Amino acid sequence: MASLALRNLFHDRTRLAVTLTGVVFSIVLIVIQLGLYLGFKKQILTLIDISGADLWVTAAGIPSIDLAVPIKERKRLQILAVEGVAQAQNYIVAFSTLKLPDGRKESIEVVGLDPEVPLGTPRELVAGRLSDLKSPDTIIIDEFYKNKLGVRQLGDVVEINDRRARVVGFTRGLRSFTTAPHAFTWIKNAYDYSPVKEDESVFVLVKAREGVDPAALKARIQTRVSDVDIFLTEEFARKTQDYWLFDTGAGISVLIAAALGFVVGLVVVAQTVYASTMDHVREYGTLKAMGASNGYIIRVIVKQAVASGALGYFLAMAVALPIVRASQSSSALIVVPPEVVGGMFVISILMCVAASLVSVRKVMTIDPAMVFKG
Amino acid sequence: MEPAIFVRELTKVYGRGAEAYRALDGVTLEVFPREVTLLMGPSGSGKTTLISIMGCILRATSGQVFVGGREVTSLGESELPRVRLEQIGFIFQGFNLFPTLNAGENVALALDLKGIRGTKALRRAGELLDIVGLADKARSFPADLSGGQKQRVAIARALAGDPRIILADEPTAALDSHSGRTVLDLLRTLAHERGRAVVVVTHDNRALSYADRIVRLEDGRITDGLMEEKVA
Repeated sequence: MASLALRNLFHDRTRLAVTLTGVVFSIVLIVIQLGLYLGFKKQILTLIDISGADLWVTAAGIPSIDLAVPIKERKRLQILAVEGVAQAQNYIVAFSTLKLPDGRKESIEVVGLDPEVPLGTPRELVAGRLSDLKSPDTIIIDEFYKNKLGVRQLGDVVEINDRRARVVGFTRGLRSFTTAPHAFTWIKNAYDYSPVKEDESVFVLVKAREGVDPAALKARIQTRVSDVDIFLTEEFARKTQDYWLFDTGAGISVLIAAALGFVVGLVVVAQTVYASTMDHVREYGTLKAMGASNGYIIRVIVKQAVASGALGYFLAMAVALPIVRASQSSSALIVVPPEVVGGMFVISILMCVAASLVSVRKVMTIDPAMVFKG
Repeated sequence: MEPAIFVRELTKVYGRGAEAYRALDGVTLEVFPREVTLLMGPSGSGKTTLISIMGCILRATSGQVFVGGREVTSLGESELPRVRLEQIGFIFQGFNLFPTLNAGENVALALDLKGIRGTKALRRAGELLDIVGLADKARSFPADLSGGQKQRVAIARALAGDPRIILADEPTAALDSHSGRTVLDLLRTLAHERGRAVVVVTHDNRALSYADRIVRLEDGRITDGLMEEKVA
């Protein structure tokens, strides 16, 4: 039976090519769109993921980390006074403008932090030292943005908000979701590099004392500090993700594109499998006359679909994975973790089996008496 | 001797009302093992309808069909394939071989339906091809075989399930005279030496000399007032 399924599949090479083109196109589209979605998710959370904080204290009602407004610096002192707080650190994230050596301007996101406190600091530098940020007018950027910001090496100087900024380090893999690269700097420099005033902060990052439940600490701070929102880090991550992915529609559009890929694949494969079934309808009638059950013939068709799905999957991965690799050095990051690679195999098979259901319906109605009609 | 197939007062009506067409009208017939029974008659006489009902492919409007002593008229749709699989082998005018499978695989496919697979199936297929004189063509595809060879592969396939009954629909219609005789010889051998009940629907007068019984149909009835004619 497997032999009949595979022989029928490989017999018509043109039809097989069309089927595989449909599967490959569909799977590549789904992988790329899902990868873009996961890339968005990863980049949206770049700063939150490296924060090391248990709680984020923000101005009331902000939608995401990138669209926060300042709070008064004294909030940090109020938070520090709450029992169970180990550390409370001001943290600035604010848009600004960087002037390249050639005079062009680029939007950046100034990230103000204290390099001596492990809250919100980049953990791995590929060049330079975090402690160098304590020097005046210094920044650290991600190596990915060197060209965009006109920086070639450590020590290069640019201008941020009309102030000198010397590059003292490079990070790796800390890419921004917005088009504005992050410029990590000492919080004292950040006041010069951004519109945030010296008696303000944008966030207060809170670390709970060991053994203190962050959720309980959040409740305690809420009773002591007014006019702020307080989030557990995972809550703030979800809020930020939801804003960018769903409130703005950016995530939904890539997910819709992925779903469209599935539908396109479904339709193409359904058409070719159906055409193939119609070509072999007399053979299926013969099988029925010989005593084959509907189940037997359905298994032949489903095996063809599974074989198409499996073959199409491997071809699709051969196309998609190099694109994913290339995206690591492009502005559109595509993230395809192993579980997506594995999951796509299941989706490929499901898609092809679902596509074969139209044909299955057809063979159920084949009248075996047709074999006696000349 | 118990008949392999017994049909009693079979009627088949296609369509309804003014459009109704009576393809079979009260046909009663017995088919015995070790005999070649010819079903003959002009086009539209009901031969194909009769063989389809005897083969449990088509349901009669009224009457009864017994296959191997079992009444099959009352069986459900899901039970009829099992009767065909266990009791009946079919041979078709157009051979109906699977073009993507070679001769051995075509025969093995019929064994696959009965749950016999792999090398055992291919070995048995080889034996069956040997019976029809095509042992050396097991790896040939239908497109590379002559009409007579294709029909002999189809006969080997019909034998694969070891059925008691062989129903052949115009098995020589697409063959030259030599191939036709070879096929009819085989069918007679299956009946006389292997104990099968062989029913052949045919227009081919060459088949007359191979028949043990001849049943003539016209307008859905067995003609001349005879149920059947025993060939001397």
